[in-house]
Amino acid sequence: MTTGSSSKSGPAHKLVETGITLLITLFGVIVIIGSLKAGINWGAEGPRAGFFPFYIGIFIVASSAINLWNGLRENNDELFAEWGQLRQVMSVVIPTAIYVGAMPFTGLYLASMIFIAWFMRWLGKYPWLTVLAVALGMPIVTYLIFERWFLVPLPKGPVEEWLGL
Amino acid sequence: MEELVNLFHGFAVALQPFNIMVMIVGIVLGVVIGVLPGLGGANGVAILLPLTFSMPPTSAIIMLSCIYWGALFGGAITSILFNIPGEPWSVATTFDGYPMAQKGKAGEALTAAFTSSFVGALFAVAMITLVAPLVASFALQFGPAEKFAVYFLAFCSFVGLSKEPPFKTIAAMMIGFALAAVGLDSITGQLRLTFGFTELLNGFDFLIAVIGLFGIGEILLTMEEGLAFRGGNAKINLRVVLQTWKELPAYWITSLRSCLIGCWMGVTPAGATPASFMSYGIAKRVAKNGSNFGKGEIEGVVAPETAAHAAGTSALLPMLSLGVPGSPTAAVLLGGLLIWGLQPGPMLFVEQKEFVWGLIASMYLGNIVGLLVVLTCVPIFAAILRVPFSIIAPLILVLCAIGAYSVHSSTFDVMLMLVFGVIGYLLKKCNYPLAPLVLAIVLGDKAEEAFRQSLLGSQGSLGVFFSNTLVSAIMVLGLIALFWSVIQQGYSRLRGAVA
Repeated sequence: MTTGSSSKSGPAHKLVETGITLLITLFGVIVIIGSLKAGINWGAEGPRAGFFPFYIGIFIVASSAINLWNGLRENNDELFAEWGQLRQVMSVVIPTAIYVGAMPFTGLYLASMIFIAWFMRWLGKYPWLTVLAVALGMPIVTYLIFERWFLVPLPKGPVEEWLGL
Repeated sequence: MEELVNLFHGFAVALQPFNIMVMIVGIVLGVVIGVLPGLGGANGVAILLPLTFSMPPTSAIIMLSCIYWGALFGGAITSILFNIPGEPWSVATTFDGYPMAQKGKAGEALTAAFTSSFVGALFAVAMITLVAPLVASFALQFGPAEKFAVYFLAFCSFVGLSKEPPFKTIAAMMIGFALAAVGLDSITGQLRLTFGFTELLNGFDFLIAVIGLFGIGEILLTMEEGLAFRGGNAKINLRVVLQTWKELPAYWITSLRSCLIGCWMGVTPAGATPASFMSYGIAKRVAKNGSNFGKGEIEGVVAPETAAHAAGTSALLPMLSLGVPGSPTAAVLLGGLLIWGLQPGPMLFVEQKEFVWGLIASMYLGNIVGLLVVLTCVPIFAAILRVPFSIIAPLILVLCAIGAYSVHSSTFDVMLMLVFGVIGYLLKKCNYPLAPLVLAIVLGDKAEEAFRQSLLGSQGSLGVFFSNTLVSAIMVLGLIALFWSVIQQGYSRLRGAVA
């Protein structure tokens, strides 16, 4: 599955790691702001709601600062991943995002069938018969196990309504 | 003595036909989960947790804990046959297990791995049986300060003992605490950190985080590596099993040492993975034929497997007796207790005797069932791995989505799961540990509550955490754990200076 032909290029590990450390710092700052809004001092019933998360936020920012410093000092010219590898990753992330985004409208079953079929057909290049068997079989098994035997309701869309399930 | 009586009652509970069935189903599911990439103990249990909502709590915990044992067993199969660790704690098993398989001794390696797992688990369960009630009755006297000190110790051991850089561990942990704080503040009833988003009112559920971070994140990592499974055939017959069993007692010292390492690392939340590496490393240094390690020594399979299973099992000791889980999977089980309406912690041993002892008894039985299942069904499980990843991957993704949805019947959670998945992938690539993050989400509220209650009692003075011998001792232990690597460095430097 690896794309061996493309030359070894991709984003540098250092760059990505710095970016992530900065994002974590940002997250810490957001936590601090949110805590300040909730109140970090003492109220009638002791420490107020923002008291604990405020210090957590401080810890996040402080440890990220150290991680940033350590990361920049390091002599590391490795790649984070090759472009081909990242393409592989994105070929899962993007369809999964569409799948997840469609679920509130189509229900779980229809979305899952299309998702499984897409995955097997495009990434696995299976014959349509195999694709159909798995894509139809899995949701049916899921329906039986979750909704019939264990009584766990799953999201349904117009198709299920039409079928009267 | 009372414990023995309780344990017998526990066996009576665990041996009910329904519970036996649940046990077998759990083990089989667990091994499958352990074999499949992207489905590990923690998120496997998280996905299947909703299935247990309608069961009695004792059967539910038996099923989920058996999934956990199954996953521990399953990890070894892929390590030995395919050189692909199904679980992080079986990485060390590949070092000697895979070379053995290449030499045509896959059966011996698998038998040794399963048997050692079994021995490790049994040792740990015996320890839990003896120690857990004592710890629990001791912990009943804990006030808020002592409770916070225990959480402090747990999280400090993460920082000191994990192989990731300490400040990354701290950052990951604090992210978890921050996520736990989002939503309704349990003490004042005030909203915080929601920034006006109604979806965040109830905060982040750690089950969603577990499914995303461990499940989706792992799938993404596997996609990046572009795995193709190639591996030897698994054949275990009775002759090989008996022959290997004859050999194994010779390694009893390694076994015992690995059991002790495993139990220690499991109780402190360092977990099964470091335990297996540590046990392998020490066995390699101490063993007579240590230089042959890595070329297919059976002792090199015994050491990590025993330790990993002992650690995985003993992680339930602090979960049951203190309410502090020793591993992500134990954390998910703890989440299960809360959902079934049980309060984890020392009171469990007083109020829910049947539940606790049923669970402990099921650990004995579950591991026996597990050993039998894996020994007899290895070829079937190995065949699962020959199903190509492009079929397995979408099925696992759909399963993760179902699991995430059914926690609160919310499609927003499913989106959140994907976000956690991408975050998990990025954090893992940048060497941030995920286990402390998850544990912090689980324990965040409780740790905060204990912290604030202690401060309330002391009018805001931090001195409350050093106000008596007990709490000071736990805090000092925590500080030692926190600075463990620094202490170790200083010690070796000191020795170097003297010599």
